[in-house]
Amino acid sequence: MSIEVHNVSKRFGSFQALDDVSLDVDSGSLTALLGPSGSGKSTLLRIIAGLEHPDTGEVRLAGEDATVLAPQKRGVGFVFQHYAAFKHMTVRDNVAFGLKIRKQPKAEVRARVDELLELVQLQGFGHRYPAQLSGGQRQRMALARALAPRPKVLLLDEPFGALDARVRAELRVWLRRLHSETHTTTVFVTHDQEEAMEVADRVVVMNAGRVEQAAAPHDLYDAPANDFVMTFVGDAVRFDGQLVRPHELELTYDADETTREAQLDRIVHLGFETRCELTLDDGSPITVQMTREQAAELELAPGQIVLVRRPRVRVGGELPDVVG
Amino acid sequence: MRRLGLRSVAIFYLVAILLGPLAMVFYRAFEHGIHPLWSSLTDPNTIHAFRLTLEITAIAVPVNTIFGVVCALAIVRRRFPGAGIVNAIVDLPLALSPVVVGLMLFLLYGRSGWFGSWTSAHGVQVLFATPSMVIATIFVSLPFVAREVVPTLRELGDEQEQAAHTLGASGWQTFWRVTLPSIRWAVIYGVVLTTARCLGEYGAVAVVSGHIEGQTETATLRVQDYYENFNLTGAYGIAIVLAVISVLVLTAMTLLKPKESA
Repeated sequence: MSIEVHNVSKRFGSFQALDDVSLDVDSGSLTALLGPSGSGKSTLLRIIAGLEHPDTGEVRLAGEDATVLAPQKRGVGFVFQHYAAFKHMTVRDNVAFGLKIRKQPKAEVRARVDELLELVQLQGFGHRYPAQLSGGQRQRMALARALAPRPKVLLLDEPFGALDARVRAELRVWLRRLHSETHTTTVFVTHDQEEAMEVADRVVVMNAGRVEQAAAPHDLYDAPANDFVMTFVGDAVRFDGQLVRPHELELTYDADETTREAQLDRIVHLGFETRCELTLDDGSPITVQMTREQAAELELAPGQIVLVRRPRVRVGGELPDVVG
Repeated sequence: MRRLGLRSVAIFYLVAILLGPLAMVFYRAFEHGIHPLWSSLTDPNTIHAFRLTLEITAIAVPVNTIFGVVCALAIVRRRFPGAGIVNAIVDLPLALSPVVVGLMLFLLYGRSGWFGSWTSAHGVQVLFATPSMVIATIFVSLPFVAREVVPTLRELGDEQEQAAHTLGASGWQTFWRVTLPSIRWAVIYGVVLTTARCLGEYGAVAVVSGHIEGQTETATLRVQDYYENFNLTGAYGIAIVLAVISVLVLTAMTLLKPKESA
């Protein structure tokens, strides 16, 4: 089911959560809403779910106007950051909730719940209560619960935000795989750019209630629409008044008109990569990234003076088609 | 040492204020043996008083339970303007002396009161009859359920309810299947407190009942009646029955309540 958002604005008191936001989500896609906290990404997701109503603008689901439609009638599955597990029900009853509400026959409910518990690898946990599960298990239960009534859209609000790094990584892979199996239109909210880039086909970068850019992950990185996207997606440093990626800068001993002097403060070895922290001749700090081989060739030592060369071709924050 | 000191202060206080007088009541009731106690308790007017107290409680508790839950939902979920005012007004019966409550009802339902002229024109006797006693009891026991449920609802948050909505549950289904099971212990505790308050209500009921023996006399009024007629055994006897009922209700709740209400 496709999602269209047209010119939606939403205000909470004096806080403008969304400011004239428009967005198209294709049917069957996997989209990330990425932005810092307060950027409006969760509000946008909740408006799509019908949990909030926009002050102005329109939401269309599968081409139909759904702006004032109750959440019950939207056919969406919603997963909350803090699981929103029904604490007084067993795992099985949690997953069965949406099916029982729809008064489906008992045998069907049982079969569907079994199927979902297997999908989220919680077979054997059916009779436990949410309090007896780990965070990752609770979130998988919440996913199964949201998927049980076969929603046409799956919406996830910072689904992995409350989990530790390893479980997060597992669930990301799992969500990706789930999507490739079911092709349910999926939108998830995250403030973690790595998570967005890794999981989604398309990333919508939001800031201060507006959409800054909506693009495929590699396009966001290679052709950011503006400085905000450039700094939010991937690392960026300022050099000669321009934002550049740390790996686009080069350290050298040959002076020319594109180089500036800098003092090397610290060398950080990150496996394949080496990161050098320097102070430019005007006192501003800068980071340069290179491969380990390049660093070895230069025979760098902390405290020495070296030259930083800005990228050969980059104009006004935009990269040209061919990058040297 | 310090903890021991604190503990003995607490125990001394409880004994002096609570357990001592209670033990004294028990002692005095049985002072002249079981017979005078039994005859005082089985007096037709005493039995009527107990029945009236139970009847009033049986009406006031369900009414205030429903009102308390609805009120708590209104205050916490703020689905209408003026929820803050409701929140403040709910506590009013705790701040007002029951005698003042009784007096207010007296003025309202008296012959020249706002409602009194209407009710008497329609042949309904409110004052000096069960209706006014029920209203008075409802008034003084009104805050307990709401006071217990409000903090529980706040802590619960509304995410589970929102989850239920996205899963297709209507407001009504969400209330019965998600909200109520989550707040049930707060509701039960509120009900216990309300029941205790209803059984023990004296001041407001004393003002509006007219205190007619065998007709508008509740158990607590009967205690006063016996006391004023120097039947101390009877007064202590009723006091014991009321205390035992309250202790039973509290005990039942403590036993029913699971160790961990996860």
